[in-house]
Amino acid sequence: MTTAPTTPPDSRSRRRGEAAIELLIWLAGVSAIAIVALIFFFLLREGINTFLDIPLRQLFGVRWYPIEDQFGLMPLLVGTFLVTIGAVVIAVPLGVVAAIYLGEIAPLWLREILKPLIEILAGIPSIVLGFLGWVALAPIIQNLGAPTGLTAFTGSLLLAYMSLPTIISISEDALYAVPKEYRDGSLAIGATQWQTIWRVVLPAARSGLVIAVMLGIGRVIGETMAVLMVTGNAANIPNFGLSMFFSPVRTMTATIAAEMGEVAQGSLHYSVLFGIGLILFLITFTVNWLATRLVGVEGARRQRGGRL
Amino acid sequence: MQNKIEVSDFSFYYGDFQALNNLNIPIRARQITALIGPSGCGKSTFLRCLNRMNDTIPGARADGRVLLDGENIYEADVDVVTLRQRIGMVFQRPNPFPQSIYDNVAYGPRILGMARRGSLDQMVQESLEAASLWGEVRHRLKDPALALNPGQQQRLCIARAIAVQPEVILMDEPCSALDPVATLRVEDLMRQLVDSYTIVIVTHNMQQAARASDWTGFFWLGRLVEFGPTEAIFSSPQQELTEAYITGRRG
Repeated sequence: MTTAPTTPPDSRSRRRGEAAIELLIWLAGVSAIAIVALIFFFLLREGINTFLDIPLRQLFGVRWYPIEDQFGLMPLLVGTFLVTIGAVVIAVPLGVVAAIYLGEIAPLWLREILKPLIEILAGIPSIVLGFLGWVALAPIIQNLGAPTGLTAFTGSLLLAYMSLPTIISISEDALYAVPKEYRDGSLAIGATQWQTIWRVVLPAARSGLVIAVMLGIGRVIGETMAVLMVTGNAANIPNFGLSMFFSPVRTMTATIAAEMGEVAQGSLHYSVLFGIGLILFLITFTVNWLATRLVGVEGARRQRGGRL
Repeated sequence: MQNKIEVSDFSFYYGDFQALNNLNIPIRARQITALIGPSGCGKSTFLRCLNRMNDTIPGARADGRVLLDGENIYEADVDVVTLRQRIGMVFQRPNPFPQSIYDNVAYGPRILGMARRGSLDQMVQESLEAASLWGEVRHRLKDPALALNPGQQQRLCIARAIAVQPEVILMDEPCSALDPVATLRVEDLMRQLVDSYTIVIVTHNMQQAARASDWTGFFWLGRLVEFGPTEAIFSSPQQELTEAYITGRRG
């Protein structure tokens, strides 16, 4: 028996269902963008007075005394910068090396234990880590000779620890994505495992590693509670030198968290705190933009090569 | 006739599974030996045993001897790195590194510290010439290797293997990802290379084995069913199984 191809009776309703699902997915995607845009406009609305009412000279000055209407952001920028740089310098090499160990060297059974453990680390609330840093880490730092245990370096250590799971996990994914054929090709020439990792696998995973580092940095810059607790809360610029890292500082995020509760809504101080938020937003945005650009160039090059 | 590699009573296991069963195969120096057989017959496993690329597989175990110039490569004191420099390998899918053409070829000499300053350029050129790729890439050595077409990529991989001056080149179905024209170019290349290198090639393509090789071994379920001069295997196979396979009745 031959039948002409007919439209099944339910095909119209199925098509309608398909369209509805497509719409839902579109909404989900668009709403994410819309929310980010709304946050930005809210920050802009609340914080714009910062940039209109305070002369830039003063805004980027070194005196942060809100009570005297002195809103110099420099100490906070320096604090964030010191804590972030310290954390990145500690976490990136450690994280990438740990990922290499997990992905390339560790035996399977060990890897299956370690990976979930590392991912659990990411779930520890930052206030708990902050508390640990305060009662356990700070005394150690002080014993090392710092004037106080609550320093930029203490914050860096904590933040490094907090960003490690992100960096390790994403780096490991990036290494995993490197085709086995590359490793085979290298080993078959007579390269050692280390040479293979260093000269073939890592370069091939570069774009993923960049993303890992950028997301790690994003986490570090945005972290609030832990740094508020352990960096000493001193909104001044430490004297230039290596000892900067062992001085109390205060980050932008910590400032917002510490002072938001005590400002009058609509006051200049209130507006400046939102201005700080705006600056943080822009920093994060820049980091992400840099990451996609770095990866974008890389990815496009690979794709061009891959299309044969 | 001199044997470059002498495989004797060689078996290989993946855990409990015996992949290779008591093989005895002579690999003649400066000749092309082709290994044919259906998928899963163990010919690729065997090839990878010759440069110990199977070492890293958990649970894998080898039994018996593989003599390279009379010395067993499965002795405990054999340096795998040196072994693999002497026995190069070309894989089924072209696998150039995502680096420049130049860096791909220079990779081996660099890691093995073979290149004296200034001689690296020359080594790269000679290897690319030997792989008959030089003419096509001489003006774009800094271009990414992945921008080459698959046939060129595979010849680049051959150049990369040659660059460390191996004695033996193992080829694991080197043409299975290539079009017929690129395949013929690789076969021509093999005929040129065999003047200086011993070549062992695994292939699914019977015509390729018949065209390009001097010796042929037929694998079946981890055993070597028949081994002999290619002409003899294809014109008058001694075993019924071999005949059935090469005439396409089994496989």
